[in-house]
This record gives sequence, structure tokens and C-alpha cells, in this order.
Amino acid sequence: MEHITFLVAVVIVTALAFDFTNGFHDTANAMATSIATGALRPKVAVGISAVLNFAGAFLSVKVASTISGGIVNEKAGIHPSVIFAALAGAILWNLVTWLRGLPSSSSHALYGGLIGATVVGVGLDGVNFSTVVTKILIPAVASPVVAGLAAWGATKVAYLITRRGGAKTTTKGFKIGQMFSASLVSLAHGTNDAQKTMGIITLTLVSVGALPKHALPPTWVIASAGLAIALGTYMGGWRIIRSMGKGLTDVQAPQGFAAEAATTAVILTSSHMGYGLSTTQVVSGGIMGAGLGGPKAQVHWSMARRMVYTWGLTLPAAAVVAGAAAFVADQGTWGVVLVGAALVAGSGTMWLLSRRQPVTASNVNEVPELTDVTPVPVPGSAASPATTPTTTVAA
Amino acid sequence: MHINWSALADTAGVSFVVTVAVVAAFALGVLALGRREAAVEAGSGRGTAALAGAGVCFAACAAAVGYGLTLIAG
Repeated sequence: MEHITFLVAVVIVTALAFDFTNGFHDTANAMATSIATGALRPKVAVGISAVLNFAGAFLSVKVASTISGGIVNEKAGIHPSVIFAALAGAILWNLVTWLRGLPSSSSHALYGGLIGATVVGVGLDGVNFSTVVTKILIPAVASPVVAGLAAWGATKVAYLITRRGGAKTTTKGFKIGQMFSASLVSLAHGTNDAQKTMGIITLTLVSVGALPKHALPPTWVIASAGLAIALGTYMGGWRIIRSMGKGLTDVQAPQGFAAEAATTAVILTSSHMGYGLSTTQVVSGGIMGAGLGGPKAQVHWSMARRMVYTWGLTLPAAAVVAGAAAFVADQGTWGVVLVGAALVAGSGTMWLLSRRQPVTASNVNEVPELTDVTPVPVPGSAASPATTPTTTVAA
Repeated sequence: MHINWSALADTAGVSFVVTVAVVAAFALGVLALGRREAAVEAGSGRGTAALAGAGVCFAACAAAVGYGLTLIAG
């Protein structure tokens, strides 16, 4: 019983840590274009986004109650150490991509982690692969394209309508519009992503019998998940904000508004239909579409290519790390401690590496000559399974 | 494995139409506000009609946002 209590506590803390990385990884989704166009000052933007992410967590528990979304077969015997390994894989992948300034999907990292840990810890039949294809993979490919097309069309229309209006009034109007559109994206993000953590914690509590089956998340779970994602958001993932706001294209206010409108429309209609898509990919698609639809019609394809590669890698990479972590964590308490230590060491290393070339609120809009935001050397230490993502990226 | 292509197509179509419609309404509102400013500056009336037009456009956007909020909370 003591072992279970320790493990459950570790899983809850790790889930909140994932939620935190999810927050600062995804601040860019809602705020990158608003910061890039100057509609909101960087600190104000992350503040608003943090508050709305917190509020969003309380709006609904629909996603949380079906967290696994049928991806993993709960009856197959998911236990806390599997969930712990899944989270470890997801956190490490989130940190690696953040260090590189790449907007990968936090949701896919979590799904990948769950799949990898379940395959190793439970077996192949623990994963519903057909659900993975229909609800995750197909939307993952389709949603950025749809958002891109919608943002492209909307940008064309916006420039067409306002071509005879005064440039100053137009820019001012769309900047004000961006405040609303960016806020709505933040709220939708809080609702979607905070719920994933709530679902993970609830699933863990149910698996050890601390909560009855099909229980809704308790209030303390909702509040702590909302708080963790809000704190992470307020930290501001400045590296990713720079990549998305300045790295993809030169965004003007009407384009930013169109991209955010497209993002919101795609996220809301898709979650209504039950597709587990990635906010990050939708936003990136929207920004690219808005860039192509604008007067200059340009996108920095090298950055776009790097993003698409990262998207493809996210799910399998998180799955491999989580699978290795599940193998170690399954060995007993020492295994869990080892994975925990590797997770802390890996996270600490990446934070230290990030200090070499800090990106903050004050320099977020300065674009470096290179598209590579962080050409930091990646250590080749593979002492423990949980640090493998660093070497994956170096390769 | 069954893939529901028509649901996917519907989702894509609705997203596209809603996005373009909301942005078009907002752009018209911004344009109308600009007209009003120009009219006031030129001294040719108060641009009441333009202001009313802008109001209608922004109200349409607000309605879309409100519907979005009910979808989130639903």
C-alpha cells in the first residue's frame, strides 16, 4: 500500500510537471502572432493567456472523462508506473523541442508516451491502433492544411475588403481584433490541454481504486491542473513564440487575425466532432496560410520543413522514450526512482543548455540571422534510457 | 478500419466557411469605421450610417464568438 501511495504521488507530480511544460510550450499557439504584430506587449500577452488557460480548465471536463480517448484500452491493465513512464517520455520530448525552438505538439507527445509505455508495460493489445489512425493521425495531417486554406482565404478576403480603407485605421482595427481572437485561442487551449492532465490524474486515481470507475475529476485535480498550465503559460515559451511569430513569415495584423480566426474555427469544429488534434499544428498551418495569402505571399520554407519533420517525429520519439522508461519503471520502486532521477537530470540539463542563448520577453521579436534558434551542442550522454531524446535530436 | 470521410469533409468545410465569413465581417466593420472617421474629418456629416454598419458587422463577429464559447463549455 505504501508503494502505491508513493507511486501515485509521483505520478500526480509528474502529470502536473507535464502540464507545466505543455503551458509554456503552447503559449506561442495563442500569442505568437499577437506579439509579432505588436497587438499585445509580450508580458501582457502571456499574462492574458495564463489567466484564460486557467479559466478554460474549469469550463468543461468532457475531454478529461474520456482522456485516453479510446487510444489505450483501460481494461488491459494500465497501472501507475505505465502512466508515469508515458509522462516522462512526453515531458522530455517537449523540453527537447522547446530547446530547439520547434513548436511540436504537446498532445502528440502525450499520446505517443501513452502508446509507447502501454505497448511495453501492457502489450500490443493495450493500444487501439485503429482509433489512433482515425482520431489522431488523419486529423493531424488534415487539420494544418484546412487551417492553412481557411487562413489563406480569409487573408485574401481581408486585404480585398480593406484595400481602399486607410492603412492606419485598418491596422489598428485588426490589432484590436487580434486581442479577442488570441484570447479565444487561449481559452480553447486551456479547455483542451488542461483536461488532458486532469484525465491522466483521474485515470491514475481510478486505477488504484482511490476513485470509483467513471468518476469525474475532483475539484482539487481541476484546480491544480489549471494552475500548472497557467503558470507554464506565464513563463512564456519565448523560443517557440519567436519561431512561430517571426520564423515562419512576416505577419501583419490582418494576417494574424485571419490565422487566429482559422485556428479557433478548426479547433472548435474538430473537438466538437471528437478529433484529438494538435493546437500547435493547426496554428502553424494557419500562420503559413496567412503568410501565403498576404500581399508579399511568402513563407520561410526551411522553418516550415523543420516543423513538419518535428511533427512526424513527435509521436514515435515520445513513444520510444516512454517505452524505455516503462521497461525500467516496471522493475519496481528502484526502477521508478531511476526514471524519476533521469527525468530530473534530463530536464535540468536542457534548462542549463537554454541559458547559453536565452530568449526572453525583451528579445522575442528580434530575428537572428540564422533560422536555427539554438545551435547548442547536444551532449551525447545516454547513461539512462530517459536521456535518449537528446541523442535522437543530435542524430 | 472505418474512416468517416464525410465527417472529415464536413469539419473542413465548416471551418473554412466560418473563418472566411467572420474575417470578412470583421474587415467590413473595420472598413466602415474608417469611412466614418473620414466623413467626420471631412466635415461631411457624422457618418452615422457607417457607424451603424460597423456595429452590425462587429455584432455578427461577437455572435460567432459567443457560439464558439457555448461549444467550448458544452
